[in-house]
Amino acid sequence: MSGEGSRIAPADEAGVSAAVAAAHAEGVPLAVEGRGTKAAMLRPVQAARTLSLRALSGITFYKPEEMVISARAGTPLEEVEAALAERRQRIVAEPPDLSALLGATGGGKGSIGGMVACNLSGPRRVAGFAMRDLVLGLRFVNGEGEVLRSGGRVHKNVTGLDLCKLLSGSHGTLAVITEVTLKVGPAPERTATLVLPVADEAAGVAALSAGLTSPFGVTGAAMLPEGASANGITGPVALLRLEDVEASVQYRMERLRAALPGGRVLEGDESRALWRAVRDAAPLAAAEGEAVWRLSVRPSLAPEAVAALRGIGARVMLDWGGGLVWVAGAATSAAHEAVMEAARRARGTFTLFRAPDPMRVSVPVIPDEVPALAALSGRVKAALDPGGRLNPGRMRAGV
Amino acid sequence: MIALPPPKAEVLARREEIVAGLRALVPGDGVIAEPLRLRPYETDGLSAYRQPPLAVVLPTSTEQVAGVLRFLHENGVRVVPRGAGTSLSGGALPLADAVVVGLMRMNRILDVSFPDRLAVVEAGVTNLGITKAVEGEGFFYAPDPSSQLACMIGGNVMMNSGGAHCLKYGVTANNLLGVKFVTIEGEVIEVGGGHLDAAGYDWLGLITGSEGQLGLVTEVTVRILRAAEGQRAMLAAFRSTEVAGAAVDAIMASGVIPVALEFMDKPCIHACEAFAHAGYPLDAEAMLIIEVEGSGEEQDALLARLREICERFDPISMRVAASAEESMAIWKGRKGAFGAVGRISPDYLCMDGTIPTSELPHVLRRIGEMSAACGLGVANVFHAGDGNLHPLIMFDANDPESFAKAEVFGADILKLCVEVGGCLTGEHGVGVEKRDLMGVQFTRPELQQQRRVKEAFDPEWLLNPAKVFPLEGALAPAAH
Repeated sequence: MSGEGSRIAPADEAGVSAAVAAAHAEGVPLAVEGRGTKAAMLRPVQAARTLSLRALSGITFYKPEEMVISARAGTPLEEVEAALAERRQRIVAEPPDLSALLGATGGGKGSIGGMVACNLSGPRRVAGFAMRDLVLGLRFVNGEGEVLRSGGRVHKNVTGLDLCKLLSGSHGTLAVITEVTLKVGPAPERTATLVLPVADEAAGVAALSAGLTSPFGVTGAAMLPEGASANGITGPVALLRLEDVEASVQYRMERLRAALPGGRVLEGDESRALWRAVRDAAPLAAAEGEAVWRLSVRPSLAPEAVAALRGIGARVMLDWGGGLVWVAGAATSAAHEAVMEAARRARGTFTLFRAPDPMRVSVPVIPDEVPALAALSGRVKAALDPGGRLNPGRMRAGV
Repeated sequence: MIALPPPKAEVLARREEIVAGLRALVPGDGVIAEPLRLRPYETDGLSAYRQPPLAVVLPTSTEQVAGVLRFLHENGVRVVPRGAGTSLSGGALPLADAVVVGLMRMNRILDVSFPDRLAVVEAGVTNLGITKAVEGEGFFYAPDPSSQLACMIGGNVMMNSGGAHCLKYGVTANNLLGVKFVTIEGEVIEVGGGHLDAAGYDWLGLITGSEGQLGLVTEVTVRILRAAEGQRAMLAAFRSTEVAGAAVDAIMASGVIPVALEFMDKPCIHACEAFAHAGYPLDAEAMLIIEVEGSGEEQDALLARLREICERFDPISMRVAASAEESMAIWKGRKGAFGAVGRISPDYLCMDGTIPTSELPHVLRRIGEMSAACGLGVANVFHAGDGNLHPLIMFDANDPESFAKAEVFGADILKLCVEVGGCLTGEHGVGVEKRDLMGVQFTRPELQQQRRVKEAFDPEWLLNPAKVFPLEGALAPAAH
């Protein structure tokens, strides 16, 4: 994350354990990273030492008929997805490639451990599972260097406290993930997208909601607002995706078109390319120097949030039926205030996804917790990383 | 037998004062302290264990729950949360010095939004009650534990309950958006809400399935889903468990994932058939119930493909339901499986391990050997798609030796589940039942890590003590 100071990239779990134990014993803060593609997210970590999981790589277990795969934390996600594709399977949460958005050199989706640590999911999140929902098991090293496990390799497991969920989305501040076991799913036989021109965000979110409340199993519900475009599709337009067996997609698309007339249908590769763009927030076309936020809100309140954000000159795009609002705008504290207010009014949360470093260290990059919860955060952090060595300041100042 | 911690003498001595304090906080008939009226609360779905509590309190609001917890915390009194009391792992088993906080009077549906696909309900609303509130618009709440008529959403959240249809729709944790949650200090904390993914630590994920160790959930925001156009089941019978297991693997690898895929072994088929007259094949060693969703034509197409897969495994018989009624008949036996076993045996223990599905034939063979060795019958039902196995061990509770044997048999099955790469519990929770087996699945440092997280919420171990974690320190039973 910081890039300065010494770097360690152990090739095995014992090496990770030793590195963390040493940092703990010596009182040295440790920046933890996978393949470094998401370093621009949240707050920069100032640490004398960086622990990279890059060398801890490789798929360790894959049973397609049980829909389970395990890989060491530093394994590139593309490698995992390629192995799955050979057996016509996939990671259902549709993890994004945000390297362009985050200006990550080398590009790509980063490591499987990093994707879990950031709990990032793509458009299919709206139909069911987030990245964290797919984590069946983790091996990890806590802040004292102990090698521990939570979960396992079976689909249903409620044995003990679910530390897999606690670590998913904790951005390396509680423990260092060393191996991930994921539930995977079958790739669909066919995919098709209904592209429906709409008047504005209110009409767009209404159309997305109509799709998501239909009995047809919509697996993507996004909107490109006026001015946004992707793969030759220009907003304002609502996008509804179906993925399933051949005959079902055929039938359901006919029914969906009857319910939401006036659109056209993209099939196969065209549909897939469009959703890759949506997944990676490409239609947002964030310009250099602009800040980017990601808001998770109550879908029906999204149009109001969009109107408020337009008022400060920001650009947006919607996914998850309106429940996910990507925002690009001026990297100023005034804009940040407006985004926080819009998220609050839409009864949701925000994440400052990228911004110049001075802004990243001077504003809350995720919402502050109420005092009782902040106290719990501190105690849970201390329960896993008692010395406070792991990724200090990554999520909040001083934590 | 599972040991319970020694009661705190100073709490027992102050019983009247504690009851009076509770009565001041929850007026009317919301506090129960008379021995006869405490009887219904002395056990839950694991009825082999009974222990009347110090008192029961039935709050009607989150504010009352907060007041009660603050008071009990200040007085060092242990707390046992309770929903409908259907836990099969003894999750709601009281302690002599504990106050049961029952959430059954908090049973209002607070908000339903179809455009946002969510419902906000109090913890005491039943699982099926949520679906009943939204089915008029064609919606449902997906997780469907067998006890769904009685069990409450607050308990479902605490245990991360599953059901037969979580193969497609996931378990409770995958169907929640938020909770209102009360800490042992009486602080009310709202986590999540109407949005999908929160920034910050995943409190919702940590609280779900925490078995009352971290706090009490009083309000829940659930995702509601639009139901498919219809569903239909088929039944396929095979000549061995190995062959049926291979058919399960072939179905899961085919890319057509059914919404439910249930497996029953021969003893279970016979018990269920005698009970439900569902037309189950009595000559089969194993049977699958497979359910698909969609329009009539989609169902036809999917069932044809599943038939084709099953045919490769030389089935004894197959029956595809021609109508919703025939589907219900196929399900009737499965849904009544526990009751059916209850008819042929005075008592049974329902186990709940998970195994990698490919291990099924091996595990069933070993369970058969154990059954023969200890002389107790066993019937197996299995959520085959996700590996969740429910062996029903038959015993006689009036015979202490029979019960002791049943407990040992059950523990041996769960150890076997861990040995083959699975876990102690897929959906019923650890409770008291599997508490002392935690060391089979976790190393000591792993359990200590979980204990430290628990202590971040409840440093004095007042919340649902004697569950989940093997007894240690002040909770350890006195040496004899």
